[in-house]
Amino acid sequence: MRVVIMGCGRLGSTLARELDHEGHRVTVIDVDSAAFNWLEDDFRGVTMVGAGEDIDVQQAAGVPEADIFLALANGDNRNAMAVQVAKHIHGAPRVVARIYDPERADVYRQLGINVVNPTTILDEMVRAAAFGQSDVANDDSDEVR
Amino acid sequence: MYIIIVGGGKVGRGAARDLIGMGHEVCVVERDANTAWSINNELGEVALLGDGAEIHVQRAAGMNRANVVVACTGRDQANLAVAQTAQTRFNVDKVIARINDPRNERIFRTLGFGYTISATTAIVSAIEQEVGAGLSRLTKIRSTAFVLSEVVIPQVAPAVGCTVRDLELPPHTVLALIIRDDDQPEVPGPNTLIQAADVVVAVTQPQYEASLREALTGAS
Repeated sequence: MRVVIMGCGRLGSTLARELDHEGHRVTVIDVDSAAFNWLEDDFRGVTMVGAGEDIDVQQAAGVPEADIFLALANGDNRNAMAVQVAKHIHGAPRVVARIYDPERADVYRQLGINVVNPTTILDEMVRAAAFGQSDVANDDSDEVR
Repeated sequence: MYIIIVGGGKVGRGAARDLIGMGHEVCVVERDANTAWSINNELGEVALLGDGAEIHVQRAAGMNRANVVVACTGRDQANLAVAQTAQTRFNVDKVIARINDPRNERIFRTLGFGYTISATTAIVSAIEQEVGAGLSRLTKIRSTAFVLSEVVIPQVAPAVGCTVRDLELPPHTVLALIIRDDDQPEVPGPNTLIQAADVVVAVTQPQYEASLREALTGAS
């Protein structure tokens, strides 16, 4: 598959490396060229410096031909705008945005975007680690002081 | 009306000043403390300190009762986020978004935001009108894909002496008005003759402006 990843931080670079090793054709976009140091020397994909929400940068990165577009930069607003440009302008069939703010994540889900919200995921995992699985399942942690 | 302005820079602050002057209730959401302080100092307690793209800040600003929300920060991704949450989460009637990079007009329009303001586009069309580059855009017709454009017919042009019917106009384009020296404005019909120095006002779409200019002035 052709995958375009916006944001080459810890998560973006990890995914880029893995997908590359699995044989996908990966392009990574980041505003900061130093971010590509996260990638290893054997990365066979393409790196591109630019703002991933920019309509022309996406064009140059091959988003119109991509199967998947992942917005994994640090700003919620940028990620949200980027996936909508990819989906509605360039017709990317599958897009995923990382949105940190749980409330905004709900808004974008309502607008039909695949959203991954690290805050709620980590919230559950931290609860599980701290209180044990059963307490998380019962979700009575508010009563624990 | 209750109007929330997100972004208290020159644009947001100027809008707030005018709207307060017109008697509206205004809240300016600004994330920079010094800017917010300075707005309060000038306009009274109207500024709310916070990131206006955050839903809890929007709630604190009373977005659920806002009649109009204006997203006018200097960052288009923030303006889009504000516009979308205002509409989706708070059902705000009228959302106006400022566009900083004119290339972003397309995504705002695609997502259903017809009320947009682009300073760059306005400046470019003002320059074109001043230097007479053949065609200049007068305005975008709100919440449609159409624009109102003005073409001044040169002394020598293929269109001079042609009737409107004979012109090869691009699709989605209608000549709406012809203005001649000291004469009444005229709504052109199929048999109206185009003359040199006519000012032609047309309704068209941005992607057809170049072919419209070519059809009327010969310049490509």
